[in-house]
Amino acid sequence: MATTVDVNGRPLNVNSAPDTPLLWVLRDELGLTGTKYGCGVAQCGACTVLVDGQAMRSCQMPVSAVGAAKITTIEGLGGTHPLQEAWVKLDVPQCGYCQSGQIMSAVALLAQTPKPDDAAISAAMDGNICRCGAYQRIRAAIKEAAAGPAVQPVAAKA
Amino acid sequence: MNKPLTDIVRAPTRRQALVVGATLVGGSLLVGCSIGDILSAGSRVEVGAFGPFLKFAADGSVTVISKHIEFGQGNHAGLAAIAAEELDADWSRVSVEQAAANAKLYGNTMMGGTQGTGGSSAIFNSWTQLRTAGAAARAMFVQAAAAKWSVPAAEIKVANGVLSHASGKQAGFGDLLDEAARITPPEAPVLKDPKTFTLIGTDRVRRKDSRVKSTGAATYTLDVKRPDLLVAMVAHAPKFGAKVKSFDAAAASKIAGVVAVHEIPTGVAVVAENTWAARQGREALKVEWDEAKAETRGSAQILASFRDLASGKTAAPEKGGWKPFDSRGDAAKAAAGSNALEIAYDFPYLAHATMEPMNCVAMVGKGPTRLVFGSQAPTMDQINTAGIVKALPGSIQIETLFAGGSFGRRANLKSDYVTECVHIARKVGGGRPVKLVWTREDDMRAGYYRPIVHHTVRVTTDAQGFPATWRHRVVTQSIMKGAPPGMSGGDIDPTAVEGALGSPYLKATPIVDAQLIMPDVGVPVLWWRSVGATHTAYVMEHTIDQLARRAGKDPVAYRRALYEKAGARRHIAVLDLVAEKAGWSSPAPAGWTRGVAVHESFGSVVAQVAEVKLENGQPRVGRVVTAIDCGTAISPDQIAAQMEGGTCYGLSATLYGEITLTDGVVDQGNFDTYRVLRNSEAPTVETHILPSTNPPTGVGEPGTPVIGPAVANALLTLTGKPTLSQPFVKA
Ligand code: FES
Ligand code: FES
Repeated sequence: MATTVDVNGRPLNVNSAPDTPLLWVLRDELGLTGTKYGCGVAQCGACTVLVDGQAMRSCQMPVSAVGAAKITTIEGLGGTHPLQEAWVKLDVPQCGYCQSGQIMSAVALLAQTPKPDDAAISAAMDGNICRCGAYQRIRAAIKEAAAGPAVQPVAAKA
Repeated sequence: MNKPLTDIVRAPTRRQALVVGATLVGGSLLVGCSIGDILSAGSRVEVGAFGPFLKFAADGSVTVISKHIEFGQGNHAGLAAIAAEELDADWSRVSVEQAAANAKLYGNTMMGGTQGTGGSSAIFNSWTQLRTAGAAARAMFVQAAAAKWSVPAAEIKVANGVLSHASGKQAGFGDLLDEAARITPPEAPVLKDPKTFTLIGTDRVRRKDSRVKSTGAATYTLDVKRPDLLVAMVAHAPKFGAKVKSFDAAAASKIAGVVAVHEIPTGVAVVAENTWAARQGREALKVEWDEAKAETRGSAQILASFRDLASGKTAAPEKGGWKPFDSRGDAAKAAAGSNALEIAYDFPYLAHATMEPMNCVAMVGKGPTRLVFGSQAPTMDQINTAGIVKALPGSIQIETLFAGGSFGRRANLKSDYVTECVHIARKVGGGRPVKLVWTREDDMRAGYYRPIVHHTVRVTTDAQGFPATWRHRVVTQSIMKGAPPGMSGGDIDPTAVEGALGSPYLKATPIVDAQLIMPDVGVPVLWWRSVGATHTAYVMEHTIDQLARRAGKDPVAYRRALYEKAGARRHIAVLDLVAEKAGWSSPAPAGWTRGVAVHESFGSVVAQVAEVKLENGQPRVGRVVTAIDCGTAISPDQIAAQMEGGTCYGLSATLYGEITLTDGVVDQGNFDTYRVLRNSEAPTVETHILPSTNPPTGVGEPGTPVIGPAVANALLTLTGKPTLSQPFVKA
């Protein structure tokens, strides 16, 4: 079934079966492998993407349910997003495998709550597991980014 | 893994044995050959003018080739810094490249010369090697400049990647590349006096991979793209040791995108054009299993059998019975004596649960066999693969990628998931790339756990309350059983008792009777971040706090006195440092209770003071002050990162980690049933590094085993009760 999804500001044709989770469409068909698989059951957050600005688990969303929603993946942040800069500055990643999902959850958090307190960070980030235990730096990097100029919701690039 | 691996050169077939043998005795190339020669025979890895570890580009940039995989512990940055220091390179222009698989060029001296990453040895075993490589290349550039400028070499300075002379002449590595490459490398270049280091030990030594890991650009095995790539998933037996009896692939084959179904030794593989089709295909598969040889016990039964052995309720079998691992004085007296503290501890199976489940890409059947994945033990993986494809181990090409964590899981004596992928790729044939994908459930149910462990400890004390006799019984499955003879360590599997064996507390005790028994269980087990220390540190450190409490002594002062008796200077130093930084002598912040623990592993000694409270009956850990003696600190920031991460990993297991089996079937499958530490539960770890000029020792693992007992000791102070089994929070 051919359909079109809006990913990182571009309408893209996809042919995957309609029940295919968005995660595997992004990774296998569209080659956007920054979004990771970690559990497949909405437990780990490795697959987090933005759907119309909201952090969602792409492993739980069949591609047929995407419709006209705008999808933003880690690749869509552009590489120099303030959160990405903070991640690099504080050397947050260890193995790095969870970090795309962590950053996407943090982007959604700051878009909603530009100066989050500890409780807000916990609420937004507890769905993202980091087995390397980079949690302390993840929190510090969110605060670092939040201390800078306001983080804009990710603009969809044409 | 510190024995020579002579015995692992087991050729897979007789013909293969002859090939290896012939190369051994007759090949002119390999006269006087070493284990590295044998294991690298057939390799096509090329070495440049500056040796196997360094490459220079015309623009002056430097590439350090890492023989070790980077799966989180920051070793790539550390290794690069060692070479860059001796080179006097410009750190901002140094990058890291992953080495190919070649035991001769890239063997690990801590792993008998085979190539592999583990035992927190990456930095330690590379220290002299990379310093030498850097110093040799530096000398070549200096000599090239001296010849070109007609000045004495001794007058040339190198700083930040620039060679210069008082006359005003100056050049970068790139400018002198051709000339330097023609110079014979000095065999024993002069290494720097560590006092003159300008990079090592500074905060400038930062990760090189943070950006690619923050943009989604880093490539892991799951991300491998190749034209024609097929994705495979395997239906595995629900019980360990079961085999395929029969299967029906009719429904699976009808799923769009499924291209083949193959029986392999570990199950039935569904091969498809994409991941989702492979998964759907596997779900449609019907498999019957032959469970005649399967392990059918539950974990509770297994643990009960361990306890019965320790208590003497069950007699030890004649073969494979109790083996002493430490004894001092009159052992018979260790069983006697009244008013003893007698404690039994239980530890469950633990899954590594790396963030990226196990996976591999293999290409078999056209040219040399090629593997692309996060290989932790390339030589082992080559040997195990060679046995399947009937080739020389050294001819198996491995491209090692970043891996989404390992914690020991990827260094497997059987290369379990690697050989599974090779079997499938061999059936597919034609050199077509096959990516084996394990789901989280596959990964969690595949075994290779930290084994169940039981300890019984009986300690009597002298008039001052210090241990007078110490009887110790350990029951656990051997991790090293089935390892090649050169590796297995004989009667006592060192990985089962390390940390109890060598403990300063036992050294300080006049009478010691410590024994180990290793019953056979059909659940595969493996090293898990910090290995034996995962339980020995807990048992020793929590026992010591209970003894201090009985003696009415402060836990820090009590430890200090025992370390004095044992001559454990490094323990004293980290204990003093942690006590000072944590403010041990003043009260803990209101609502918090402190606990201390100290443990030596992988050459490093770590002390922690944890601030703990109970919230809704569950422990919450706040500030954790850490002191570490890891010899020369290469990257203070990455040492801190490893203390932070290692602490979370250890705390996650202590509080929540548990794999259970019911009638041989693993009960957990995903993070909903195998609880792990979440962001809001993570402590704030503060790291203090003891200044040292000794060679660098481990940091990847030593931060893991200390937090458990530190928290248990805080709870002991808070509640008056010891915590004798893990996890603390039962599911
Ligand atoms: S893969 Fe989607 S939440 Fe884990
Ligand atoms: S950095 Fe490894 S799982 Fe988060």
